[in-house]
Amino acid sequence: MRWEETVVEEATADKEDTSAPETVVQSSVPQPKDDFQEELVIRPLHSGDIYASFQFRTLWETDFMRGNKVSHYRLFPKSLGQVISKFSVRELHISFTQGYWRTMQWGQPFLPSPPGAELWVWFQDSVTDVDGTWKELTNVLSGIFCASLNFIDSTNTVQPSASFKPLGIGNVTDHRFLRYATLPREIVCTENLTPWKKLLPCGSKAGLAVLLKSEKLFHSSFHSQAVHIRPVCQDWQCKTTSWELRQTLNVVFDLHTPGQGKLEWSLFKMFSRTLTEACPLASSSKIYIDITDDPQGEQFEVSPATHLLSQAMVLGDRRTFSVYDLTQQITFGTVRSLNLLIRWKSSEDMLRPLLHAERYVAGYGLQTGEIHTLMYNNHPYRSFPVLLLDSVPWYLRLYIHTLTVTSKGKDNKPSYIHYQPSKDRVRPHLLEMLVQLPPNSVTEVTVQFERALLKWTEYTPDPNHGFYVGSSVISSLVPSIVAMDTNSTREQPLFSSFFPCKEESSYFMRVYTEPLLVNLPTPDFSMPYNVICLTCTVVAVGYGSLYNLLTRSFQIEEPSPGLAKRIANIIRKMRGVPPL
Amino acid sequence: MSLTGSTRRFSPLVPQENAGQFFSSGHTNNWAVLVCTSRFWFNYRHVANTLSVYRSVKRLGIPDSHIVLMLADDMACNHRNPKPATVFSHKNMELNVYGDDVEVDYRGYEVTVENFLRVLTGRLPPSTPRSKRLLSDDRSNILIYLTGHGGNGFLKFQDSEEISNVELADAFEQMWQKRRYNELLFIIDTCQGASMYERFYSPNLMALASSQVGEDSLSHQPDLAIGVHLMDRYTFYLLEFLEDIHPSSKANMNDLFKVCPKSQCVSTPGHRTDLFLRDPGSALITDFFGSVRKVEITMETINLTEPIHSFR
Repeated sequence: MRWEETVVEEATADKEDTSAPETVVQSSVPQPKDDFQEELVIRPLHSGDIYASFQFRTLWETDFMRGNKVSHYRLFPKSLGQVISKFSVRELHISFTQGYWRTMQWGQPFLPSPPGAELWVWFQDSVTDVDGTWKELTNVLSGIFCASLNFIDSTNTVQPSASFKPLGIGNVTDHRFLRYATLPREIVCTENLTPWKKLLPCGSKAGLAVLLKSEKLFHSSFHSQAVHIRPVCQDWQCKTTSWELRQTLNVVFDLHTPGQGKLEWSLFKMFSRTLTEACPLASSSKIYIDITDDPQGEQFEVSPATHLLSQAMVLGDRRTFSVYDLTQQITFGTVRSLNLLIRWKSSEDMLRPLLHAERYVAGYGLQTGEIHTLMYNNHPYRSFPVLLLDSVPWYLRLYIHTLTVTSKGKDNKPSYIHYQPSKDRVRPHLLEMLVQLPPNSVTEVTVQFERALLKWTEYTPDPNHGFYVGSSVISSLVPSIVAMDTNSTREQPLFSSFFPCKEESSYFMRVYTEPLLVNLPTPDFSMPYNVICLTCTVVAVGYGSLYNLLTRSFQIEEPSPGLAKRIANIIRKMRGVPPL
Repeated sequence: MSLTGSTRRFSPLVPQENAGQFFSSGHTNNWAVLVCTSRFWFNYRHVANTLSVYRSVKRLGIPDSHIVLMLADDMACNHRNPKPATVFSHKNMELNVYGDDVEVDYRGYEVTVENFLRVLTGRLPPSTPRSKRLLSDDRSNILIYLTGHGGNGFLKFQDSEEISNVELADAFEQMWQKRRYNELLFIIDTCQGASMYERFYSPNLMALASSQVGEDSLSHQPDLAIGVHLMDRYTFYLLEFLEDIHPSSKANMNDLFKVCPKSQCVSTPGHRTDLFLRDPGSALITDFFGSVRKVEITMETINLTEPIHSFR
């Protein structure tokens, strides 16, 4: 037998390496390291809602970009690995969201996302035809996630020049390799959750993913599921890199029970399931409950109680969490199942979020309008710059000469403006501005537009619903209250390590505004049928009557005789006598 | 070899002779194309129709990779749905036909006449993913189910365009010429549905419709909590009939023709079998709705003459 010569070594894997992994045990060759972690963070919000955030992270030390194809997948899903290698993707971020995140009531999310579908991708610099690759990539992703991402084309894709810097390693700044698109109309339902769950190593059969039941998840105020792929450093010096796949699911439930002072929820009430085991393939499986608002335990009551506490710097604040480690059998107790129960009293007002934004359409009629974007800086004494990205479809023709940016009633000149005008039916407007927000103020950006009349085939089957304009994206480094941790390779919970932190005094925040719904002048699609009916009727009645009048000839006719006379005529005819 | 004490003679277990039993119906794989063509919340019942057929077909064995499901609008996660992520077929709310494991291939604005005809004929752009293609061959049995609003000779897609019976018949002829099916079962649940199969002329087609020309197909019952009609009568009784079918059932097409008589359906269901080469009584329900794989157990050991080499 020649098995000992068949070496399973991912670094030089041949295409025809068909040996099964279990049959070869080679101690001299290191297996590529892959690691899977799962966590759930539960945070009671001040409005009485509950925010649950799932994160599943797979790290894999491999290189998709070499000539030889990777052929042995273990924890990393094969469909995404093939997408990365075939389309030379450096970073991929895709999210599907139902609902809008209410920053003023709920605070900041761990991972922001706009309503609908959002996709942004950084390609490797070896790609020659980025637009063609982008189109193929969107088609393939539409098949993987059962979403109509194939509607992403040049009319809704932009190349931001300053927002959406890579979140992984690499300092490529050539924005020719970045593409960003949103589909605000995209629906999220079980058919998107099903393939998303199938990408997890344990599927939905073990670990935290058993809680993901669609009937409960979609009966919520906010639901967002996302996939993020990027290369990360494994150590401080960045000698080895690995690919990181994060699957995140954020959901906000409102479980208000009227009356009674205290609010109560449990895992069973939220998800209609309890936990029985961690995913066997996970190296870490934890649940964090945010108890920062009540460290003494007066207003909070968590059961089963746990002594494990953890502190983490997240969103510019130091938060305290109760930790449940699912890899320990003791967490499940004697009943072998974990159902967390918490009672809490909703306390006074929460800290206002430092950055908040709104957007709306002003004006009347179906010809012109005005887009207003408001950005609120709620910090009492610090000002900070924000980067505003606006992508407006071509059928709303922006008049950039009417663009005004005002703060506290005075003109506020942006220090950087990048504007790419639209081209009808080819590309949308792209407006990026760097605006300094004064402390404790509202900055208003307004621009006027004119609505275009589309060709009759370009209307959707339900044009009276309106047309969507994607959310504005506001990215900023916001001053933080506590010193943030800049060592990204240290062991920390997943929810605090998503956005890389370059300096201690600020943290990165991204805020999405509402999408706009704009009515375009819509023709009456029943008019061709009406016109044909009316014309044919007029022609038939008008011309027909005239023709009859002109060409009809009249003859005089005798009235028919009575019955007696008719019988007499018949007898006379039989006798051969002329009739009466 | 014959067993002692048994009066029956077993045929010699030579693989070639029994191979014929495997393919007595002539097909080796099954596909299904299920289309709901209606948009808007008050057409909830059309989505429920399509999902019940999807559910039956999955239960009887056809995998998601062989089903092309097209839903023109989203009812389950529609904001008017009081029970999100569910689509019910009956007002007792026992059966959630949407389920937990559904994969919709074409949804929303993608359900157009052009996409439907491209799926049938296989002329899709090269970057179309596999889940959106009908990759059938000449040994495939295909089930095609259409539902929506229709009239005499046409079916309406999403309130903005129509497909006529002539176009449909020509599409099937293209499929026959390109050898894309072995046998095809076409079911349509719309008003005046029988007009849609009048123009077929390709061989090996069998068609069922929920109503004759001049008749309307009626809906089954409304639900006061959801506020709309939940399902159409024909598909409701079809679902009831299919719930009794299991993968090894021997029920044949003649039983399917009896589903929903006029007393239950109010309209007269029709069917057309003149183009079908086999006798409908010999065609099993599972030939189209299921994906039955026949297994034969062999008692002999087979010696492979050459050792298997691993490739380098």
